Amino acid sequence: MRTVDRALALGLTEGEFSSIVERMGREPNEVELAVFSLMWSEHCAYKHSKKLLRQLPSEGPRLAMGPGENAGAVTVGDGWVLAFKVESHNHPSAVEPFQGAATGVGGILRDIFAIGARPIAILDSLRFGEPTSARTQYLLEHAVGGIGHYGNSIGVPTIGGEVYFEAPYEQNCLVNAMALGLAAEGGLIRSAASGVGNALILFGASTGRDGIGGASVLASAELGEEDASKRPTVQVGDPFAEKKLLECSLELLEKGLLVALQDLGAAGLSSSSAEMASKGEVGLDIDVSRVPLREEGMAPWEIMISESQERMLCVTDPETVDRVLAVCEKWEVHGVRIGTVTSDRVLRVFDRHEVVGEMPVEALVDDCPLYDLVVEKPAAGLYPAPEPLLDHDVSDPGVTLLALLRSPNIASRLPLFEQYDCIVQSRTVRRPEQADAAVLALPGGGAIAVSIDGSGRRVACDPYTGAVEAVLECTANLACTGASALGLTNCLNFGNPEKPHIAWQLTEAIRGLADACRALDVPVVGGNVSLYNESGGGPIYPTPVVGMVGELPDAARAGRLGFARAGDSIALAGPFVPFLPASELAKLFGEELPSSLPAIDIGALRAAQEAIRDAVRSGALSSAHDVAEGGMLVAVAESCLAGGLGACLDLGDAGDLQCTLFGESPGSGFVVSGPEQALRALSERVDVKVLGTVGGDALDVVSGDARVSATLVQLREAHAALASLFS
Amino acid sequence: MRFGVIRFPGSCDEVDAVAACERVPGSSAQLLWHGDRDLRGVEAVVVPGGFSYGDYLRVGAIARFSPVMEAVIGFAQRGGLVLGICNGFQVLCEAGLLPGALLPNVERRFICRQVNVEVAQATMPFTAGCASGELLSIPVKHTTGRYYAPPAMLDSLEADGQILLRYAHDGNPNGSSNDIAGVTNAEGNVFGLMPHPEHAVDPLTGSTDGLKIFLSMAHAHG
Repeated sequence: MRTVDRALALGLTEGEFSSIVERMGREPNEVELAVFSLMWSEHCAYKHSKKLLRQLPSEGPRLAMGPGENAGAVTVGDGWVLAFKVESHNHPSAVEPFQGAATGVGGILRDIFAIGARPIAILDSLRFGEPTSARTQYLLEHAVGGIGHYGNSIGVPTIGGEVYFEAPYEQNCLVNAMALGLAAEGGLIRSAASGVGNALILFGASTGRDGIGGASVLASAELGEEDASKRPTVQVGDPFAEKKLLECSLELLEKGLLVALQDLGAAGLSSSSAEMASKGEVGLDIDVSRVPLREEGMAPWEIMISESQERMLCVTDPETVDRVLAVCEKWEVHGVRIGTVTSDRVLRVFDRHEVVGEMPVEALVDDCPLYDLVVEKPAAGLYPAPEPLLDHDVSDPGVTLLALLRSPNIASRLPLFEQYDCIVQSRTVRRPEQADAAVLALPGGGAIAVSIDGSGRRVACDPYTGAVEAVLECTANLACTGASALGLTNCLNFGNPEKPHIAWQLTEAIRGLADACRALDVPVVGGNVSLYNESGGGPIYPTPVVGMVGELPDAARAGRLGFARAGDSIALAGPFVPFLPASELAKLFGEELPSSLPAIDIGALRAAQEAIRDAVRSGALSSAHDVAEGGMLVAVAESCLAGGLGACLDLGDAGDLQCTLFGESPGSGFVVSGPEQALRALSERVDVKVLGTVGGDALDVVSGDARVSATLVQLREAHAALASLFS
Repeated sequence: MRFGVIRFPGSCDEVDAVAACERVPGSSAQLLWHGDRDLRGVEAVVVPGGFSYGDYLRVGAIARFSPVMEAVIGFAQRGGLVLGICNGFQVLCEAGLLPGALLPNVERRFICRQVNVEVAQATMPFTAGCASGELLSIPVKHTTGRYYAPPAMLDSLEADGQILLRYAHDGNPNGSSNDIAGVTNAEGNVFGLMPHPEHAVDPLTGSTDGLKIFLSMAHAHG
């Protein structure tokens, strides 16, 4: 086969192949072609998104580490920095959900400790088809099992996350994992190799053929019928190996033995070594014959691109190699010196004494062509209307309320969350479904709050506004715990960017994220892009997932979502203008997606959220919960259930009752409870409409002639609907 | 009391256990490495939660052979106080220091949940600080927590008062025989439980009921 044909078979274009030949001054050999094909893949090179991502603001006074490293970080006071990042593992999870999700967690955790932070929390963002499908049930059960298996076994709590069920994810499920880590200020480490003559040490698991053609290839093309045959290319995770790797890495760092540290992820040794050399503006000589193998007869190119999990690379002074290997031995982690830092900015691969590959680092890392997208707004909607699940003629709002609480996108997530250890490490102040964001105590008495969000259906209607909403939904969640945002990470899950309508979704969504982040002064510290989430059934809903961390001064005053005290007043606060199209109720009715969403005044929402945040922080409110899917009455019901207390509401003349009760407007409305004077004080900063009183064991609502009455038992029974998926 | 907390390479809750021990007034705690046979003169040993050596084989099956467990077995045989939490309970059963075994949960899934456990015996040295019949709010988190013992053994455990904690009414999360959440050996100096008392020592993170176990141990020691 001609080299160019092999290049095409590996996913490169003819133009890209010519560029490689030009940069090399010759045709690449087998090793070089394997390395280039991965380094220049969408997954590694971001060639369809890099130009757009430059719009995202990445500066801020609290920034400790910005985009470009394994994870970003912000300062959180008392001498601590918080590292965090979200990453996708969609394609492997669609092929083998248990290992795909497990290694997704393993990979994001390595990103955190690769910069020297101890992982303290995991969140995940999942998307599947409708739960009525057997495939969804299979994917859900095994993805949740895989996340739990890895996180629980390694001793990092899974403190939150989200899951949505929508038909466009039927073939392409999304598994995004976010991790957070804590480090002392000044204790972070970078991945830039430096110091000519320094030693390059590979430590961790041995290298096998697993994952060859795995993450990078799976994530750079659409899924097809034959993808079941790719199951053997999905990497297999070993959380025990990673636990030892984690402790070993942090001990090496603590002992001051490291010059640089980097994890091995997609494209394995190739991308990790090339990135380290590129950032340090050096070269690396690597002898693949020194790499510990778990399979016999592996060729040099296979060793270079293997995606075997639980491996790290570090650079250390030649004088400290023995000390590094001693720490590896203590943790029963295999460490081997495989190479040396050089001055010539070439990645040179040896098989013993024979040079088997010689590639300019710059060509590998920086020279992949970046593409401008061909953008075209689609003339008509891309997505069919969802299957109706509720009769349009239902006029009893009580029936509608229970149908919404039971619906897969609103029902309690505890059947999933209970499969995760949310308390290990003893920091968890607010567990899942106790507050709108998870809250973790910090050593100094303060706390951080974390939320992850993104509604693909709303972004599908209006990519710009939907993306703005995703950011505002996160800040709203943080505000309900009393936290203000410090930084954001995102995972952009989209279809095939070479199609103009997908390019339009991506372009508009990134513009929305950038505008929202600027208006809210929240820097983007890093993220991940997952494209080609598309199959014969069409593209997924465009799904920018936003992960956000915030801080609150006093962990003991972290907000809760549940009503806490009988007799408290209940109010709807915020510039909330409910809108039914694109809502969860519209989905239950099987309505078409609208072609736009109402425009958002980000400044007004920011002011409202800050008022809620301050009221929670001061301890004046008993509860705060943002109005999200299902609208105001669902939010009230959730506050009832979380607090185990009923409520009596009198809405007076509510106008269009259905819209008032169930309309949505993400990030703009809050159901709060507290003493009357606290709500009065809040009304000086934000619109406050008193709705009623906390108490009893039922939710009773009156509005003119209309009434809703449901006992807590009825609400709880409906809200527990997802449990049946795991029985 | 000087507590020692075992650290296997796959332990997860060892740092939490140290922090819980240190909340007991006048007490200190240190980690004991799995490869050492020296217990460093500690007065009580905690075998913590986690996945000792990965536990891909039967849980605790490898840990019982570790150097540190040789020392712990000798320590227990000489009457030393040993508390096994979750994976620690599994390891102590494998090591023969406690009767019975832990099997996979009835639902065969990991479960993390705050549960109420009832103090079945308020006795020295592990539960003397509780009232008999008192409910403690303590979280469980495990896949393999279904306590099992053959019927005759169960009868004798019941008759001899070796069952110290039971899951409260309708709250058995894993299908344990007789709702058993924690048992002692016949001598009463080794105690294993599936709930995590070290995760119930701080009002900020949930409950403080678990602290009573550690306080009881320190009090028993005098």
